[in-house]
Amino acid sequence: MNDMTPDREERSANLKGLGCSRKRVEDARFTQGKGNYVDDIKLPGMLHGDFVRSPYAHARVVSINKDAALELPGVVAVLTAEDLAPLNLHWMPTLAGDKQMVLADGKVLFQGQEVAFVVAKDRYIAADAVELVEVEYEELPVIVDPFEALKTDVVLREDLAGQTEGAHGPRKHHNHIFTWEQGDEATTNQVLDDAEVVAEETMYYHRTHPCPLETCGSVASMDKVNGKLTLYGTFQAPHVVRTVASLLSGIEEHNIRVVSPDIGGGFGNKVGVYPGYVCSIVASIVTGVPVKWVEDRMENLMSTAFARDYWMTGKIAATKDGKITGLHCHVTADHGGFDACADPTKFPAGFMNICTGSYDIPVAYLAVDGVYTNKAPGGVSYRCSFRVTEAVYFIERMIEVLAIELNMDAAELRRINFIKKDQFPYQSALGWEYDSGDYHTAWEKALKTVDYEGLRKEQAERVEAFKRGETRTLMGVGLSFFTEIVGAGPVKNCDILGMGMFDSCEIRIHPTGSAIARLGTISQGQGHATTFAQILASEIGLSADSITIEEGDTDTAPYGLGTYGSRSTPVAGAATAMAGRKIRAKAQMIAAYLLEVHDDDVEWDIDRFVVKGAPERFKTMKEIAYAAYNQAIPGVEPGLEAVSYYDPPNMTYPFGAYVCVMDIDVDTGVPEIRRFYALDDCGTRINPMIIEGQVHGGLTEALAVALGQEIAYDDLGNVKTGTLMDFFLPTAWEVPNYETDHTVTPSPHHPIGAKGVGESPHVGGVPCFSNAVQDAFRAFGLRHTNMPHDHWRIWQTANRLGLHD
Amino acid sequence: MIPAAFEYHRPTKMDDVIALLTEHGDDARVMAGGHSLIPMMKLRMADVPHLIDLQDIGGLQNISIEGQRVTLGAMVTQHELINHTALAEVAPILRETALQIADPQVRYMGTVGGNVANGDPGNDMPGLMQCLDAQINLTGPSGSRSVAARDYYEAAYMTAREDDEVLVSVSFDAPRSGYAYEKQKRKIGDYATAAAAVTITKDGGKVASASVAMTNLSDVPVWSEAACDALVGTDCNVDALAAAVAAMLGDIDPTEDNRGPVAFKRHVAGVILKRAIARAWDRA
Repeated sequence: MNDMTPDREERSANLKGLGCSRKRVEDARFTQGKGNYVDDIKLPGMLHGDFVRSPYAHARVVSINKDAALELPGVVAVLTAEDLAPLNLHWMPTLAGDKQMVLADGKVLFQGQEVAFVVAKDRYIAADAVELVEVEYEELPVIVDPFEALKTDVVLREDLAGQTEGAHGPRKHHNHIFTWEQGDEATTNQVLDDAEVVAEETMYYHRTHPCPLETCGSVASMDKVNGKLTLYGTFQAPHVVRTVASLLSGIEEHNIRVVSPDIGGGFGNKVGVYPGYVCSIVASIVTGVPVKWVEDRMENLMSTAFARDYWMTGKIAATKDGKITGLHCHVTADHGGFDACADPTKFPAGFMNICTGSYDIPVAYLAVDGVYTNKAPGGVSYRCSFRVTEAVYFIERMIEVLAIELNMDAAELRRINFIKKDQFPYQSALGWEYDSGDYHTAWEKALKTVDYEGLRKEQAERVEAFKRGETRTLMGVGLSFFTEIVGAGPVKNCDILGMGMFDSCEIRIHPTGSAIARLGTISQGQGHATTFAQILASEIGLSADSITIEEGDTDTAPYGLGTYGSRSTPVAGAATAMAGRKIRAKAQMIAAYLLEVHDDDVEWDIDRFVVKGAPERFKTMKEIAYAAYNQAIPGVEPGLEAVSYYDPPNMTYPFGAYVCVMDIDVDTGVPEIRRFYALDDCGTRINPMIIEGQVHGGLTEALAVALGQEIAYDDLGNVKTGTLMDFFLPTAWEVPNYETDHTVTPSPHHPIGAKGVGESPHVGGVPCFSNAVQDAFRAFGLRHTNMPHDHWRIWQTANRLGLHD
Repeated sequence: MIPAAFEYHRPTKMDDVIALLTEHGDDARVMAGGHSLIPMMKLRMADVPHLIDLQDIGGLQNISIEGQRVTLGAMVTQHELINHTALAEVAPILRETALQIADPQVRYMGTVGGNVANGDPGNDMPGLMQCLDAQINLTGPSGSRSVAARDYYEAAYMTAREDDEVLVSVSFDAPRSGYAYEKQKRKIGDYATAAAAVTITKDGGKVASASVAMTNLSDVPVWSEAACDALVGTDCNVDALAAAVAAMLGDIDPTEDNRGPVAFKRHVAGVILKRAIARAWDRA
């Protein structure tokens, strides 16, 4: 071998492939203000839209007078439901099988609902005109409590009057949407009846909001000459938007181009279809010029998709020594005025049936009742797979409550009940097949690292000191062990509006040995341009630095279902690896031809094919790429391209072990996070630095939700937390130092063993922060208190326990 | 978050500001850092057809210290307060307070004058100025006058300043005392759940004088003379603290909001005041 030839280790490092903490290639533009977001798009002649929104949560729209608005110079149009009705666009289908008003059709069902759409020559005129549209309302009784909704005579959805069958089965009441049942109710009830110990608790997982830094918006541009519609927007699933836009508008799909440019965070908020998108399209079709709509922060918080709002009642059965024997869960789910949850079609409560968690629970039953109220629609997966934060919070609280019931250490209770390593693949009682896991190893590593025994000893000493009056600060040790279910999903049971939840990758290798790969997903900050290039680098032997990743333009990217639910790496990442393998298969034939040996006589070696037994004879991938374009190879087409559509055989199941140590000032209710340790197992690790960044981000959003972030309503349905003064968005100031750690348990069915990580820290973080608060008060008799644990609610807990007396 | 149309004025002389205010009356507002007014305009909660930007008016940017007499120009930013070495030496409570206002970006723009003038119960400087017994210096068509900070605030956003007057500076004697500004807030950028400004002078192991003012616990800042009286002559022992808190609680009138109900706010006000007194006493 030539002395100048880099050794294998060096060649491998040069690829910057799997496992490399490569810097994010996106950040050059983001850190220099050179990103290109929807609001940066300015087209010639573009008009601006703005909404007249309802100040009432429930009211009849008696009349709308547009005259004054239309008289304002610069106003081009004012659209109402009446104008959209002839196009049949005054209502639109939701992802959950319901329908939603695009503009108020006779009544409004939540504060902030879209009533009229003003189109004007600039954004300021549009805002002025909004104030000039006169809407007469007749107030109706407001229902903000889902339990009251199921009792009241007040009919929220008059359009559904008499419909006893919904998209997901029978409706029990005029404000009831669906009941979704999973598992074995009779056996579960029997186990509960026979159990030595049963712990029961009701918990409210409050309504909150993903609140991405960039709000939602779109620019629609209808070219009436060519009949083509171009739609730029904040879409987490641009291809699905194209299909929906085609079905709604009647424009053939090849005449619609949807582009998701740079997106400033999504967290589930940008999965659904909003009235603003539809109105910008209609307005552009009507006016023949581009129309932009970008909502402001208050509109985003008030009207676009919320998350959570689940009332969960659990019963958990166990033996006296702590072996769990059964789990019963009932959820009353507040969906707001329309059921616009973003879940796979067959899962109206998402994957709530992952609520048996990380534990070997032989029998379980789950029922979810969806209910209409006078609140904004939504119910999206906020930095989690569908309803998994709710499921994990539920089980991790039930474990704590059971530990209290059993007077047992909560870490030990988890240890006793974990699914064991040799039980994988594990069939859960509620129907999932967990692909792989090693929970005990992760748990022991976490507890050892934080010196769990030492923490408990310190905590006990603190309680004694508190009782003696020597301190006013209590100490909480928050534990959580979570199993996520991500990577939706197998086409056989996962679809969005009928579209199977596969994903895709198309690769073109250029003659000089660089490449472009396009995917059906769309990054909103996840770093796809960095990590997918790394997957490919390891598969095809070209440096990640020589591979461009492109997403978000439906005219160029292959069809895919988009980015949410941590599905990009499990699904599109798998498609990338599989497409890369197709490239490599063809490259093998080319290499064999060039080396004048049989295809089977060459083997892959990092970045090249070598002749078996003669390592000095090889062709690098760069040489092969060139040959693909300049050689006439018998039986092989020119060029080097591949495409893969990947239908995952199963979900992936990342997991993790988190510990939070918190000090709580009993007198002010102020919590201080002393330590946060997060061990994540996301299978094969593609870019450790990006994983760490994702964990930091997810934990910070978990901190927000657990400690104060909420969308709160008063009795009249007014949003009380409609600005960032009251809606808690943490900054560096509120965020503690995070310690990250990992174990690696690859997914057995994923081509590279990766499981996805972006949402794990949020899923595991929320119960960990919450458990820390609640644990601080365990010694004083607290069993459960609801989030968010803001200062006054923590203070209230202390007060109710008599700690201020 | 799109304001209505407005005329933007940027005079270079105070006379021109007064002339504009006289001409436009209620329709005109002066703007210092803009961190209260501009958001209100964007929310269309403030209708300001004529906005008068003060940034080109000379003489409003100075921090002057003559002996113990401190005068802060209305356009002095919180950032400048924090970084002024001489001020930190003579009146460190200003820096301690300003560091608890909003976040660095806001403090680069937000001014003393705007904070004091606006009459927003959430602002921190009004309580501090009452604690320091500052004079608020106004100028208007009929000349200049001063109003004691303790007399300046009438109700939320209602002050002794007439519509055609401009707040040009605040001045006070820097206290030769222990001091503390203690604030509880939900997050950075938030107004106080409860905050207390306290100065204490010590003589022979006893409190010789004390000044106590509370922020965001009523529709105006609350200078609690009764709390001051409860401390004077004591050695700030547990009983004195309790008496001061009880006195202060008689003067505040918090309302429920997203920060919490009244009972919580009253409890926290007491805790915060005790901590402020303890720290001021330590430093006295």
